[in-house]
Amino acid sequence: MLSFAWIILVFPALGLLINWIFGKRMGKSYIALVASAAVFASFLTAVGLAAGLAALPADARAVTVPLWSWIHIGDFQVDFALLIDPLSVVMALVVTGVGFIIHWYAATYMLVDDHHRELSLRMYGRFFIYLNFFILMMLTLVLANNYLQLYVGWEGVGVASYLLISFWFYKPSAADAGKKAFIVNRVGDFGMALAIMWLFFLFGKEAGSLAFADIFHAAEGAGAAAAGAMTGITLLLLLAATGKSAQIPLFVWLPDAMEGPTPVSALIHAATMVTAGVYMIARSHPLFEMAPTTMAVVAWIGALTALMAASIAIVQTDLKRILAYSTISQLGYMFLGVGVGAFTAGIFHLMTHAFFKALLFLTAGSVMHAMHGELNIDLMGGLKQKMPKTYWQFLIGAAALAGFPLLAGFWSKDAILYEAFLKSPLLWGVGIFTALLTAFYSFRAVFRAFHGDPRSEHAEHAHEQSPGMTFPLWFLVIGSLFAGLLGLPALFGEHVNVLGNWLAPVFADLEGEVHGSEGLELTLFLVSSGVALLGIFIAYARYIPEWGWAKALQRLFSRLQPVLENKYCVDEIYMAAIVNPLRRLAEGFYQLGDGCIIEGIVNGVGAVTVRAGGYVARMQTGVLGMYALSFFVGVVLVLLWFLLFVT
Amino acid sequence: MNNLAPFPLLSLIIWLPTLGALLVLFFQDEERIKTVALTTALADFAVSLFLLAWWVNDGSMQFQEMVAWVPNLGINYHLGVDGISLFLVLLTTLLGPIVVLFSWRNVKDHLKTFMFLLLVQQTGMLGVFLALDLVVFFIFWEFTLIPMYFLIGRWGGKNRVYAAVKFFLYTMAGSALMLVVILILGWQGGSFDWMQLQGLKMPLSLQTWAFLAFALAFAIKIPLFPFHTWLPDAHVQAPTAGSVILAGVLLKMGSYGFMRFNLPLFPESTQLYAPLLAFLAMVGIIYGALVALVQKDVKSLVAYSSIAHLGFVMLGVASLTKQGLSGAVLQGVNHGLATGALFLMVGMIYDRRHTRLFSEYGGLWKQIPVWSAFFIIVVLASVGLPGLNGFVGEFTILVGTFQANPWWAAVATLGVILAAWYLLTAVRKMIFGPLDEEKNGSLLDLNAREIAVLVPLVLLFFFIGLYPNFFLDKINPAVDVLLQTVQSSPPPF
Repeated sequence: MLSFAWIILVFPALGLLINWIFGKRMGKSYIALVASAAVFASFLTAVGLAAGLAALPADARAVTVPLWSWIHIGDFQVDFALLIDPLSVVMALVVTGVGFIIHWYAATYMLVDDHHRELSLRMYGRFFIYLNFFILMMLTLVLANNYLQLYVGWEGVGVASYLLISFWFYKPSAADAGKKAFIVNRVGDFGMALAIMWLFFLFGKEAGSLAFADIFHAAEGAGAAAAGAMTGITLLLLLAATGKSAQIPLFVWLPDAMEGPTPVSALIHAATMVTAGVYMIARSHPLFEMAPTTMAVVAWIGALTALMAASIAIVQTDLKRILAYSTISQLGYMFLGVGVGAFTAGIFHLMTHAFFKALLFLTAGSVMHAMHGELNIDLMGGLKQKMPKTYWQFLIGAAALAGFPLLAGFWSKDAILYEAFLKSPLLWGVGIFTALLTAFYSFRAVFRAFHGDPRSEHAEHAHEQSPGMTFPLWFLVIGSLFAGLLGLPALFGEHVNVLGNWLAPVFADLEGEVHGSEGLELTLFLVSSGVALLGIFIAYARYIPEWGWAKALQRLFSRLQPVLENKYCVDEIYMAAIVNPLRRLAEGFYQLGDGCIIEGIVNGVGAVTVRAGGYVARMQTGVLGMYALSFFVGVVLVLLWFLLFVT
Repeated sequence: MNNLAPFPLLSLIIWLPTLGALLVLFFQDEERIKTVALTTALADFAVSLFLLAWWVNDGSMQFQEMVAWVPNLGINYHLGVDGISLFLVLLTTLLGPIVVLFSWRNVKDHLKTFMFLLLVQQTGMLGVFLALDLVVFFIFWEFTLIPMYFLIGRWGGKNRVYAAVKFFLYTMAGSALMLVVILILGWQGGSFDWMQLQGLKMPLSLQTWAFLAFALAFAIKIPLFPFHTWLPDAHVQAPTAGSVILAGVLLKMGSYGFMRFNLPLFPESTQLYAPLLAFLAMVGIIYGALVALVQKDVKSLVAYSSIAHLGFVMLGVASLTKQGLSGAVLQGVNHGLATGALFLMVGMIYDRRHTRLFSEYGGLWKQIPVWSAFFIIVVLASVGLPGLNGFVGEFTILVGTFQANPWWAAVATLGVILAAWYLLTAVRKMIFGPLDEEKNGSLLDLNAREIAVLVPLVLLFFFIGLYPNFFLDKINPAVDVLLQTVQSSPPPF
C-alpha cells in the first residue's frame, strides 16, 4: 500500500500538465476543477498514507519508497525516494488539505484581476498551473528522504513563490517583490548548499548516501568528534531556514510577497511554504541536538523575530501586511519551539497556524474584493453588518491567532511557551509579551475593519462574497476551532496528545524531555489565557469605546511609532550596507577592471607589437652595409654564448 | 570497443559536415541550400547517436582510428572518443541543426557562404574533440578560428570587424606557445600521439613551461579571468548562430583541452598549479557575475554570465576530484545547452526589435507569452535550479571542490546567489513590468520553427536534471581513468 506513495506526486503533476496543454480549450471552470481535483486526490492519498502508517507498529513507521536513481559519481550517490513517516505525513496532510481548500476558494476569487476586471483565460490557467506546481514541489520537499531532494523541493517552492508573487507581472511592485523573494531565499539556500556539501564530506561519503537516516546514523556514530562541525552545519541549515521561513535576518522578503494574489499569500506565504524551515529543522533534529549552541541561536532568533514582527504588526494599516508580519511572528514561535527542543510543539503550532492563518488571509481576500482592492483598515469599518459570514470567519481566525482560550492557536502556542519556560524563563518572557502584542493587533484588525461605522465609500457599499468563496472557509473555521484538541497538554492525562503520540516515533530518540510540575503547567496556562484576554481587552478599549486611558497608553508608545512604521529600517540598511556597495563594486569592475585595466593591457600588448613591428621594419633599410654589420654582431654574440655557457 | 572501429565512424562524424558544405556550393536556390545544410547537420547528429548505441562504459578510448600521416615525424591521423569528449561531440552535432534552423530566415545576404561556414565550423570543432594526435588537434584547433572569424566579421553587429580581429588575434596569440610546446613534446617523445606522450618523462622545468603554454591557450578559450575580454566583444557582435556556437561549443574546447591534455600529460604541474587555476576560476565566478549584473544590453549580460559559468567548470577541473571532474564535463554540456538557448532567445527578440537594450523592453509577457515562458525556463536552467540540468553540474562541481578545499566551495557558492540576482534582473527588465514601449506592442510571438529550435533544448534541461545518471554513467569511468593518471604521479613538492 505504501509503495504506491508516489502517486501523491502524480496528481498535481498531471493537473498542471493537463491545464498547461489543454487549458485554453477547457474554460475556467474545468481548469479550476482539474487543479482542485488533483490536490484533493493527493489529499486522499495522504489520508491513505496516514492510515497505512498507522497500521504498522510504531517503531516501523518510517517507510522509504525508492523512485529512481539520480546522481551517482564515485561515492556521491543520491537517488530520488520518498520517506513516509509520521512527520512527513502530517506535513503532506496539511499541505494538501489546506491546499485543496485554497484551490477551491481561488476558483472563484481568481475570476477577476487586481483591478476587478475579468481575468483572461490565459492568466487564470497560468495561476492554477503555478498552484499545482507549488503543491508538487512542496510535496517533493516534505516527502524527500534525503537532503538533496529536499533541496529540489526547497528551491522548487521558491520558484512557485517567485512566479506567484509576480503574478501581476505588469505591476512593477509585484515584479520587484518576486525577484526580491527569490534572491533573499537564495542567500539562505547558500547555507543549505554548503551544509549539504559538508554533510556529504563528513558522513555521506562513507555512507554512500545523503538520506536522512544514513546521515543521522553516521553523525551519531561520530558523536563528540564532530561537535564543532555540527555547529557549523546546523548554523548553515539555520541560515537556509531563516530565508524560507522569513526569520531574522532574512525576513525582509515576506511583507513584500503580499503583492501576490491573496490565495497565494494564504497558501504559500502563511500556511505551507514558509513553514518549510521549521519542518527542515524538525526533520534534522538529530543534527541540531548535537549542536546546543545552534539550538540556542534558533530559539533566540525565533523569540526575537516573534517580538519584532509583532511590534511592527501593531502599527501597520494594510490588512494583508498585518497578517504578513503576524505570520513572521508566528513562525518565530515555531522556531522558538524547535529551538528549545519542543519539536512536537513546533509542528503542532505549524499545523494550527496553517488553519487559522489561511482562514485570516482568505477572509482578508473576501474583504479586499468587497472593498474593490482596498486593504487599508483605516478606510474600512462597519463591515460586520455588510458581510456577516466573513466577519465571523475572520473573528474566529483572529481569536485563534490571539490565543483566545481553548481555540487552536491557544493550545499550540501554550505548548511552546511551556517548554520555553522550562528551558529559559527569559525566552518565555519574550514569548508571553509577544502574545500580548499578538492579541492586541489581531483584535485591532477585527475592530478597525469590522466594527464601528464605515469610514469610506467602498466600506459603505461593501457586500458579502459569493458562497464559492465563503463556503470553503468553514472547513478552515473548524480547524481553527478544534485543531488544538489534537495536542492537548499532559495536564489532561497521559495519552491525550494525539499529535504527540503520532509524532513520537520520529522524535523518539530525544532524551527524556524535561517535565515540569503540573502546578507550573497550570499556572502558565492561566497566565497565557489572561494575557490573551488582556490584549483583546486593550484593543477593545482603544478602538470601540476609545477610553482615555487606552489612548494615553498609546501615546506612551507613540515615540516608537515611527521606528515601527519604518519596520526598523531593515530594508534600507540592507540596501545601504549590501546591495548598493555590491552594485558599485560591479560598476567598478566593469568600468575600471574590464573597461580600463585588462583592456588596457591587452590593447597595450597589441600596440607594442605594432610599434615594435614598425621599428623592426625600419631596420630593413636596404643598405647592405647595415645588414652586414648586424650579421657580424649576431655571429659574435652566438659565438660568445657558446664560449661562455656551452663549453 | 577499445580497438579500432570496424568502420571509420568518427571520421564520418567529422567530415560529413564538410561534405555538406561542399555540396552547398553547388546550389544557387536559397531553399535548396538551406535544405542541404539542414539535412547534413541532422544526418551528422543522427550518425553521432551511434556513438551512444555502441558505447561501452569502461572509460577507454573508443572507436579509435589510426592512419599514418607523416610517418617520419611521428604524426598520425589518430581519432578516438571517451566519456570526456562523448557529450561534447553530441552537443556539437545537436547544436549544428539548431543553428542552421535558427538562421533559416534571418540571414539575408550570402546565405550560401554563411551555411558553408557553419558546416565547416562543425568539422573543425568535432575534430578538436576527437583528435588524439597533438598535431592533428592543433590543426583543427586553429582551423576553428577561421569560419568564426568570417561569421563575426561578415554577419556581425556594428563593431564586428574589431570584434572579429580581436577574437582571432587573441586566441591565435594564446595558442602560439602551445604550438612550440607541441613541437618540443613531439621531438622529445618521438611521437605526437596523445597516448604515447602520456608516459613521457620530462624535467620539471620543461613540464612547467609546457603546462603553462597549454594552460594559456585553453585559459583564453574558456575564457578564464583575466583572459576574458575578447569574449564580450565577440559574443555581442557575432550573429546569433555564431554566439550560440561560440558559447555552446568553442568555449568548451578550452575546458576540454585542460582535461584532455594538461591533466594527463603534465600531472605534476597540474597538481602544482591547480590552486592557481581554482583561484582564477573563483575570481571569474564572482567577477563575471557582478559585471553581468550591471550590463545594459541583454546579450552582454549573457556573455558575462558565460564567464561565471565557465568559472564553475574550471573550478571542477581544478578540484581534481571525481565529482568535480565529472561535474565539469556535464556542466560544460549544460552550459552549452542553457547559454545556447539564451543566445537563441535573445536572437529571436533581436530579429524582431533590432535592439538588445534592456531599456527598450519590459512587460513582454503580455505581448509574447510563449517567448516569455521559454525565457523563464531557460533562465531557471541557467540559474541552476534543482531539477534542471544546471544544478546537477554545478552542485557536483561544488561537492568535488568542497573536498579539495571547503573555502573554495564557499566562495563559488556565493556565485550561485549572484547568478539568481543578475538573471532574475534580466527577467524583471525584459518580461515583467508594464508594456510601455510602443514598438513592443506589435511584436509577434514565436513561430513553429522557432519553437522547434527551442524544444529539444528544453527537453534536455529536464532530462539531464532529473536523470543525469544516463550521462554520468558514461562520463564517470573516463574521469576515473584520468584521475588515476594524474594521481599516479605525486606532486613534486
